[in-house]
Amino acid sequence: MDKAGIGASLTRKEDDRLMRGRGQFVGDVHLAGMLEVAFLRSPLAHARIKSIHVPEDLSDSVFTAADLDGVRPIRAVSALPGFKPSDQPVLATGKVRHVGELVAMCVARTRAEAEDMAARIDVDFEDLPAVHDMLKARDRNSALVHEDWGDNLFLETLVNDDMAQVARQAAVKVTREFRTARQCMSPLEGRGAVAQWDSRLAQLTITSATQMPHIVRSGLSECLGIDHGAVRVVAPDVGGGFGYKGILLPEEVCLSWGAMKLGRPLRWLEDRRENLTASANCREHHYVVTAYADKQGKLLGLDAEATVDSGAYSSYPFSACLEAAQVASILPGVYDFPHYHCHTFSAATNKPPILPYRGVARTGVCFAMELMIDAVARELGLEPTEVRMQNMVRPEQMPFDNITKKHFDSGDYPEALRRAIEAIDLKAVRKRQQRGDADGRHVGVGFAMYCEQAAHGTSVYAGWGIPMVPGHEQANARMTPDGGLELRVGVHSHGQGLETTLSQVAHEILGIPHEKIMVVHGDTALTPYSTGTWGSRCMVMAGGAVAAACDELALRARAIAANLLQTKPEKVTLLNGKAVSGKVSVELSEIARVWYRRPQDLPPDVNPSGLEVTAGYKPQRDSGTFSYAAHAVTVAVDPRTGEVEILDYVVVEDGGVLVNPMIVDGQIYGGVAQGIGTALYEEMPYDADGQPLASTFSDYLLPGATEVPSLRLFHMETPSPYTRFGVKGIGEGGAIAPPAAITNAINDALRPLGAELCVSPVTPRRIVEAIRAARTSRGAAA
Amino acid sequence: MKPVAFDYARPRSLDSAIELLKSRSRAKIMAGAQTLGPMLNLRLVQPGLLVDITRIPELLKAETIGDEILRGACVSHAAIEDGRTPDVGSGFLRRIARGIAYRAVRTRGTIGGSLAHADPAADWLSALLVLGAFVEIAGTDGRRRVALSDFVLGAMQCDLASDELLAAIRIPSAIRTARFGYHKLCRKTGEFADAIGAVCLSSDSMTLVAGAGSGQPILFRDPSHFMRDGDPANAGAFDQDLAMQSLKRAGHGGDEYELQIQAVAMQRALQEAVR
Repeated sequence: MDKAGIGASLTRKEDDRLMRGRGQFVGDVHLAGMLEVAFLRSPLAHARIKSIHVPEDLSDSVFTAADLDGVRPIRAVSALPGFKPSDQPVLATGKVRHVGELVAMCVARTRAEAEDMAARIDVDFEDLPAVHDMLKARDRNSALVHEDWGDNLFLETLVNDDMAQVARQAAVKVTREFRTARQCMSPLEGRGAVAQWDSRLAQLTITSATQMPHIVRSGLSECLGIDHGAVRVVAPDVGGGFGYKGILLPEEVCLSWGAMKLGRPLRWLEDRRENLTASANCREHHYVVTAYADKQGKLLGLDAEATVDSGAYSSYPFSACLEAAQVASILPGVYDFPHYHCHTFSAATNKPPILPYRGVARTGVCFAMELMIDAVARELGLEPTEVRMQNMVRPEQMPFDNITKKHFDSGDYPEALRRAIEAIDLKAVRKRQQRGDADGRHVGVGFAMYCEQAAHGTSVYAGWGIPMVPGHEQANARMTPDGGLELRVGVHSHGQGLETTLSQVAHEILGIPHEKIMVVHGDTALTPYSTGTWGSRCMVMAGGAVAAACDELALRARAIAANLLQTKPEKVTLLNGKAVSGKVSVELSEIARVWYRRPQDLPPDVNPSGLEVTAGYKPQRDSGTFSYAAHAVTVAVDPRTGEVEILDYVVVEDGGVLVNPMIVDGQIYGGVAQGIGTALYEEMPYDADGQPLASTFSDYLLPGATEVPSLRLFHMETPSPYTRFGVKGIGEGGAIAPPAAITNAINDALRPLGAELCVSPVTPRRIVEAIRAARTSRGAAA
Repeated sequence: MKPVAFDYARPRSLDSAIELLKSRSRAKIMAGAQTLGPMLNLRLVQPGLLVDITRIPELLKAETIGDEILRGACVSHAAIEDGRTPDVGSGFLRRIARGIAYRAVRTRGTIGGSLAHADPAADWLSALLVLGAFVEIAGTDGRRRVALSDFVLGAMQCDLASDELLAAIRIPSAIRTARFGYHKLCRKTGEFADAIGAVCLSSDSMTLVAGAGSGQPILFRDPSHFMRDGDPANAGAFDQDLAMQSLKRAGHGGDEYELQIQAVAMQRALQEAVR
């Protein structure tokens, strides 16, 4: 294998500029005549707007919904039966439905002056009762977020099965209630956009920190009522996305309208307070799960009710139902059992709209399912890993269609767990527990498994029927006259390292050196249409498309080479940047020179399309690749203070063929760091008035370098049978299992004290209170 | 968010700083600005004038004078952390400084700014209280000297008039021979503490501070009643329940969990001091 192609741990090409602080982010954009925007946001979670008074001297600088002629609300529908769409006004109309909702746009020379303006606007609100809790939202007599609905449900889904029968057969029945906190995705760079009207092209250019420029373009076109051709979206360097930037923003619509109206470029940069208080938007789930099992721990059935706090509006393009409906289809995890009943609710509340965060519903689902496995094991007095082994899909069953019709493409789940058990040294931990630790801390070990559907395509998303359904992915490959290569892709890279890995794909096929390959992305004017970067899809989809384009380019180059080498194209092979036939060869750069600058040397039957190809790709099966992993962790818990120390953390993962193993390791590290945040730190509490209670990073805790241990990573490699090179999507995986694995470890540690936690994050206070509650109930029992 | 418009002055002498404070009604002192900065940005503070005192030479001094260690108000946490100022014990102050927030904060943050802000969770408040430190306050009528325990009136409240500023901290250097213990519990490295225990043990006395509660830190001059056998030098006799009861009596407003972790922080500080 070539050292710089598929499988090479190449250092990232993009790091040269990023590590030197030479990236170009939205915050680095300065345009002549540019004005700054600050938004007046709702201070209330739920209120009717009786009037908005803008001081007269600000009438040319402050804009409200009444000013936005012809601007349509954001509307993200779903084709799932029973789904109720919401109209999200870009500036509040009639009433406000969450703290932070946009009320007015203020335009000034500086952000500070724009904020001064916002402070002078007087809004007369009539308070309405806030729907602050997803379970209370389901009550019949709850206040309504959207009055015309009659209830607070975006969607209700049901997977039906007869559980009464299962209950009669089962030796044990274990029920648990789980809750996961609302979180706020916290990329280093917040959101931001610059909108500019170009009168020469009659085109709006919006430079935005987005993961999906082409989808934003469609959304802007729909909301503004202008042609796609009149909108160009540029995503420059973007400082992390994780789903936070996979959305059409009301701010983008406002800025676009304002730039057209005022004829001046406008910029808005989200600050951290806006990020935290106006956009806490993910992960909040509630579950009641009952597992039925026989005495050996074999699962007979699972009965679940899941509620997702979807917030006030259906966000574009993923909609308000993706999360809860996904819960129903992926709750069974890596396990094979015969009966499954699941009822889900996507509840509307007076909170910011839910967005899919790295791992989407899987992080919550994995938490519920993997804690259930441990609960069953405790009930039966079995080692939790034994229960997992009993129930996992086995390698000889692959490819396997599970109970919810998910098509697991390949892999050996039990082997991943076996390796994790060995790496964490389960036996040694059990011995240590018997001895006890001298410092009074309790040691525990926890495991969690998941498999992750990635790069799922048309067949999956057609059913969801949301504003975007991925089809074929395209890439454009163009050789330059000096033998360089330009790749153009519609996905966006904001931490994934695609400028390196797509270059590796091209290098694998064409042998062109990396310094001569340029990856162009993040501009609707320069790249093929794409739904963008989400769902761990880029390496599979854009990688496949780049390979397809390079294949065709190779074919055309060989034909030109054959003429130069006086042989037949089929006798020419490409090797290390050269076209070779027997003992003679010609450099690719020479082939390029001939096509562009010496066409007289081309064969008469040359392909007139030349050395530029746009090719499309979709895997043989588009139901998704399934990477998977086993996480194992040991912790020490101080029962007096609730402090948790992670002593060891092991990940055994299988992402199929890895294009760049070092980048994959980085992805796992980053994902696990976020998972540790979910497990132990991150929580946006709301009070009964729907007020977010954390407004800075001193209230909303993120793990830092000292809170993330050194991970020990182990790789397995089962190629996907359906994708080019056998690659699988793997970008999200790291963030899925840590809350489950860590909480299982904590519960294992607390077992002698009779305490068990079923909530995330597991905070010191929750641990201490659970221990105290266990002591009290034991005391009462005795 | 961005601050409201304000004026800014950087006087070179204490007198002109006090003059500026007197001359404007909405004047605010800025030392390291590590708390003030975010508060300005969040518009929680909207001053007419910021008086930056970090370039007043007198406030940057750190020396031993007679039987006291003097520390100017604008000595940074980093200067203390790096051992550039006189210390007590075997680097007790260095160690406290090292545990404050993050290095970037320590580079700008100052000891006087921290005390004048009087956040109960701040390290200096508890650490200097246990050392029996005094503060020197400069105002129009000259200087006055106040025990730190009297200076702090409550959470975010201290005995400082609008035309006064905290100029220096004085630590009795007799304390050099004592033994110390300090333990703080916080959710993650660099965060504000949820509970602090600070202990100073000399041949004839022991003081113990319980900090980072909801009110001002609590100073115990006779911790023997936390001890089952009444011997303060025997950390093994520390009784968590007795400590929690004492904290409650002393006005600690915490719930069971907060009292418990407060007691643990005290016990760990004690264990360190007697080790």
